Amino acid sequence: MKETKEAQTIGNLAEQLEAWEGREVAGFLARQPERKEQFATLGGFPVKRVYTALDVQDIPLEDVGLPGRYPFTRGPYPTMYRGRRWTMRQIAGYGTGADTNKRFKYLIQQGQTGLSTDFDMPTLMGYDSDHAMSGGEVGRGGVAIDTLSDMEDLFADIDLEEISVSMTINPSAWILLAMYVALAEKRGFDLNRLSGTIQADMLKEYMAQKEWIYPIAPSVRIVRDCIAYCAQRMKRYNPVNICGYHINEAGASPLHELAFTLANTIVYVEEVVKTGMPVDQFAPRLSFFFACGSDFFEEAARFRAVRRVYATIMRERFGAANPASMRLRFHCQTAAATLTRPQYKVNIVRTALQALAAVLGGAQSLHTNGMDEAFSIPTEEAMKIALRTQQVIAEESNVANVVDPLGGSYYVEKLTDQYVQAIQAILQEVDARGGTVKLIEEGWFQRKIAEDAYETALRKQSGEKPVIGVNRYVEEEEALDLEVHPYGPKSAERQIERTRQVRANRDEPAVQELLGRLKAVARDETQNILPVTVELVRQGASMGDIVETLKQVWGTYRETPVF
Amino acid sequence: MQAPNTQPIRVMIAKVGLDGHDRGVKIVARCLRDAGMDVIYTGLHRTPEEVALAAVQEDVDILGISILSGAQMTVFPRVLELLRGQHGSDIAVVGGGVMPDEDVVELKRMGVSEVLLQDTPPQAIVESMRRLVRERGPR
Amino acid sequence: MGRAVPPLALVQQVLEGRLTAVARMITHAESGEEACHEALAEIYRHTGKAHVVGITGVPGSGKSALVTRLCKALRAGGRSVGVIAVDPSSPFSGGSILGDRIRMNELVTDPGVFIRSMATRGALGGLARASLSGVDILDAAGYDVVLIETVGVGQDEIDVVQAVHTTLVVSAPGLGDDIQAIKAGVLEIADIHVVGKCDRSDAHRTVTDLKNMLAMGHRNSQGYGWQVPLIPTSSVSGEGIPELLTAIDGHLEALTSSGELEQRRRRIAQTRLLKSAENILRDQFQRHHDRQISELTDRMMSGRTHPHAAAQTLLNQFRSERKP
Repeated sequence: MKETKEAQTIGNLAEQLEAWEGREVAGFLARQPERKEQFATLGGFPVKRVYTALDVQDIPLEDVGLPGRYPFTRGPYPTMYRGRRWTMRQIAGYGTGADTNKRFKYLIQQGQTGLSTDFDMPTLMGYDSDHAMSGGEVGRGGVAIDTLSDMEDLFADIDLEEISVSMTINPSAWILLAMYVALAEKRGFDLNRLSGTIQADMLKEYMAQKEWIYPIAPSVRIVRDCIAYCAQRMKRYNPVNICGYHINEAGASPLHELAFTLANTIVYVEEVVKTGMPVDQFAPRLSFFFACGSDFFEEAARFRAVRRVYATIMRERFGAANPASMRLRFHCQTAAATLTRPQYKVNIVRTALQALAAVLGGAQSLHTNGMDEAFSIPTEEAMKIALRTQQVIAEESNVANVVDPLGGSYYVEKLTDQYVQAIQAILQEVDARGGTVKLIEEGWFQRKIAEDAYETALRKQSGEKPVIGVNRYVEEEEALDLEVHPYGPKSAERQIERTRQVRANRDEPAVQELLGRLKAVARDETQNILPVTVELVRQGASMGDIVETLKQVWGTYRETPVF
Repeated sequence: MQAPNTQPIRVMIAKVGLDGHDRGVKIVARCLRDAGMDVIYTGLHRTPEEVALAAVQEDVDILGISILSGAQMTVFPRVLELLRGQHGSDIAVVGGGVMPDEDVVELKRMGVSEVLLQDTPPQAIVESMRRLVRERGPR
Repeated sequence: MGRAVPPLALVQQVLEGRLTAVARMITHAESGEEACHEALAEIYRHTGKAHVVGITGVPGSGKSALVTRLCKALRAGGRSVGVIAVDPSSPFSGGSILGDRIRMNELVTDPGVFIRSMATRGALGGLARASLSGVDILDAAGYDVVLIETVGVGQDEIDVVQAVHTTLVVSAPGLGDDIQAIKAGVLEIADIHVVGKCDRSDAHRTVTDLKNMLAMGHRNSQGYGWQVPLIPTSSVSGEGIPELLTAIDGHLEALTSSGELEQRRRRIAQTRLLKSAENILRDQFQRHHDRQISELTDRMMSGRTHPHAAAQTLLNQFRSERKP
């Protein structure tokens, strides 16, 4: 009885819509055509004039569901920001450990609720500060860490049981994790009370960010080792932060960002499951990281979509039973690639809108970019405004008072569903073509990303993708009133000196003995590489010592670029 | 049909240092190729020594170096010095990436011919390359 | 600006092996400009010392990685190496992206290795038009071994055989129908077969398949007593590289002792002659007959003539104009 009534309503609606198009719309169009023939999201999904109940009638209500319940479309937790707001986590890092420690304390004082560490390129790539490849880059784009003693400086006087710490690092991530463990033990913290994450997502490196040391197989094994190690000893710690952000920044479409991230996720889960660990033992600690771009509703919709797809994968493909294994939690950063040099203060507005979309999409933690990041790493002032932007959204706008306020919007629900289907189609294609690792080796993902990036560049050039200050409302040469973050070459010298001192003062035979053991562990794929690494850093081994030793066992990775 | 005696402009596109951001260089390589130039891409993580020697051997008209790690003030002076040492100073050096305006001014003073930053439209990059070769004259 | 040095003035420096002169001379050769021929003729007189080795095989077979390994091995033995790496030009814009430098990364600060990338610019046969002049220049400049890495389209690489002393054909596992792809013609041109990527688990199958195919064919032993070897290699581990180097040297020795080397030199000379003639004709056509070509094409389009007749007309015009 009820069904008939509903069908009639929908039927009426279809008639009404037709009539409306024939009358009101047609009349209007005759006088004033629309701005474009065809509208689309930035990600390329066609967009209709208006969405109605007709557009969502085929979407099962249980696919939308409720917050904190499978398939988690409406959010990973039932109360979301009504309980705890998202973590405001501004990334920081420059100079030496002591330099960054000062910035951390400043940010905590400003109300930041989590720490996020940016490392310099040598640290990210596993080179010590005095290596020839490190020239000019020590402490430049992030903090330089060579040995445990640098790590001690970095977190001096910060209570690691109280604040969660994220470390944005990949090929050398396990060494930083080892240092973090060694530091925590030394300072008497309980490992099971530490929260935070290392990024350690190697597959997206081969796809997008291009920070690598070893070939794919040993790199994936290290990720596996991190996940397994933390599952046993650090129950609140996220051993991997699976990233779409860098895929997006490398130019991928918003859809490809999500689909490729999940393709990588599937590989990691498979690898850990292969070691015999049940999926529910580690999956609750998997965490994600996405970029938030400029198309407001699309961004919110696709975060809702990726939660739904992930939940399905974990339950259907991997047989997870614990709901915590199926709920996708993610950190979000506003998209740095959207920042402009011309009229750079407009970046504050861009970032605010992106941050709002991330919040409406249900992010667990958020980084808002500094307005000056198209020039250099952000100044303290720029970081403060970025943080205040989040605080305005969180505390003034009231958007955090209702869970998933966009839920039920015909447009957003439709777009969410379209995203779900599109992601699933790509994942099926990846499977059919032989899986993620094979396709990375063949450059398949890389080619798609390069295509997307090229297309975006052309669309910006033609003005089809508007960028205020760049292809619209362009102003002649502006007077520069921008103060950039200073770089002190002195801190590089200090850093190099420090590392040399640690090397001079350590028990060399003990380090050498451990490096020998490290090689043996590396050769035996069934062993976990973390324990011996923890011992090494405790003995004063530098990151470079460890990385170079393993190059002898595993060799290095070389890319065949695609365009 | 291409006239037989027009030499395409030869450009080497290099990533020097440790950062792996290759979105920009790939777009640049592609649009230069589509404009009929020969583009030699060095791949990632190169040293100034490797890039300078390769540029001389390849006899390129232009050496474009992209840096997003902040090391520009170390890398460019070194490359310019190496090129001078190998009689390659008629190669125009062009910079790209993310850097503050004051560095751009300083780099140009040192002898970097052009600095093309984020959001430079592909067509403008093509035109800059052509202009640099035109201004240099035959060699 | 514009202090252009005429090509002839560079010859002495090329013969002395000066890097910039060698590099610039190759650029002149690529331009095909009139002024370079005299210089190239002078250089040609100083060639004949280098062992010229061609490397061909389907895309993805790991030619560049193999070249890198070979260069290192040759350098370790104290020999200098010149490399000409050929990549295709875009048929649409005429431009190209030459990516071979990437794999050769550990070499590029070694002045004993000279690597030059070249775009085909529409030339067929796997070589660029100036590739062989490039080989002359590197030979005259004193490089002991000159390697030419071809485009690697797989079917149409015969040119390289006509222009080198020793031809390597590279295959690799995991390329799908790789064996099928190289079967058509390319397989038979090898003086040495190389299977790359033998660190992969499926490599033994490629080796076996190839061995079977070679056994079925008849060209595994050549007229001058050379047994065509099949060498499995890995550019990751370096496996098979010493054996490959021994085979390359062995082949030159077999050529020399049997007198086949003279045959090959003659063949190379003839190839060069015909290629040059072809290039001259093509250039002259393009330079002087654009209008006629366009007119004749119009006539073909409107059905007033057909290809053979139009070509006859064009050639007749060409001949009459060339008469003194």
